[in-house]
Amino acid sequence: MEEIPNKLRLYGTEASPYVRRVIWALKIKGIEYDFVQEDLSNKSPSLLRYNPINKTVPVLVHAGKAIAESVVILEYIEETWPDPTPLLPEHPYERAMARFWIAYGDQKQHHVFHSFLACSEEGKEKAAKDLMEMLKIVQDEALGDQKFFGGNTLSLVDLCYGWLTSLKYVERVVGVRVLEPTTLPKLHRWMQDFSEEPLVKENLPDLEAKLPELETLRKHLMSTNK
Amino acid sequence: MPVKVLDFWASPFGVRVRVALAEKGVSYESQEEDLFGGKSDLLLQSNPIYEKVPVLLHDDKPVLESSNIVYYIDETWPSPKLLPASSYDRSRARFWTDFIDKKVYDAGRNIWMGKGAEVEAAKDEFIDVLKKLEGALGNREYYGGDQFGFLDIIFVSLSCWFPTYEKYGGFKVEEETPKIAAWLKKCYKRETVAKSMPDSQKVIEFVGMMRKMHGIE
Repeated sequence: MEEIPNKLRLYGTEASPYVRRVIWALKIKGIEYDFVQEDLSNKSPSLLRYNPINKTVPVLVHAGKAIAESVVILEYIEETWPDPTPLLPEHPYERAMARFWIAYGDQKQHHVFHSFLACSEEGKEKAAKDLMEMLKIVQDEALGDQKFFGGNTLSLVDLCYGWLTSLKYVERVVGVRVLEPTTLPKLHRWMQDFSEEPLVKENLPDLEAKLPELETLRKHLMSTNK
Repeated sequence: MPVKVLDFWASPFGVRVRVALAEKGVSYESQEEDLFGGKSDLLLQSNPIYEKVPVLLHDDKPVLESSNIVYYIDETWPSPKLLPASSYDRSRARFWTDFIDKKVYDAGRNIWMGKGAEVEAAKDEFIDVLKKLEGALGNREYYGGDQFGFLDIIFVSLSCWFPTYEKYGGFKVEEETPKIAAWLKKCYKRETVAKSMPDSQKVIEFVGMMRKMHGIE
């Protein structure tokens, strides 16, 4: 594809939660961009050229310059287009807390979520409990009684926990519930409010079609997890 | 507003906070934590999730995770600026900070904690990580360009453990990545770095003790 100097181009996939958070940020800020759908089993030469170190999505290309790693991309978008919809607080301390919770989610999420998806039939209650405990910390310490992680308005933290809107598909495939009004009331309410935000609602990933793939992935992970 | 740092002498992550505060000319109280004998109540209350150092307490409010702390220091005390001027250069600094945080310490740890064939594999991985970082430096004076900056602080802090990795891995940073060795020499001449780094021989002894604790030697 030829370069379009001042345009934005986002390389990504439909299912990646790391890509999805970037899409939400761009949509919420009303920024136009091209989307290039990548097949991760057959990565494009452009993707490998723009992200030679990690070789993965998302990658944002702005005026020919590539930015990789979702949180790095989000900070770049926030700095470049701060108004009229800022997604980080102004005060350095609150920004530090926002960054802490984003990093916590990304560190813990990957491990605990993976364990949840890979758990055995006998181990699934425990796996669900582990995931629930991690989410309870986020609910109690980061969200509290606020409408969103950013307070009354959305912040990057909300976008980075947005993968919880897709947790129901994994719960279905594994066969056990985690995020419920009875188990995590505030976080469940947040998840519903977040999904209803217009620019989020219009841009939720289409994962219904991915369920068979998710089931196959679970079987594969279960068999290698022994 | 008072500044306090909960720290541990050998922690390379603590070094980051020391250097950043020194670069900004900020005075602070340092509290040495006894990570083996018993962490202080203040540490456990300030960082209940990870119970780790360093922690920066600014007017008693805790800031956690060393890279996060350096971002906070840069935003709170504006001069001199640690992050570069352009948005794109800042995104490069963030990218490589993330890379360093995910790769360097753990790859090094696999060297000194490794047994038998694991050590060779860990050494190869560590050198691969260094080579990528050497590529990122290119022909610049510093990672920050002409000036010592944010990414230099993030990376140089971890180098106090390099002699330990060299000893147990059987390699030399100078031979594998000469540009990094040259950049390190330049950084060590800087007063803020020199006074913040622990003695690397003492680190080697400390790691020797930890290996005994873990039953590796």
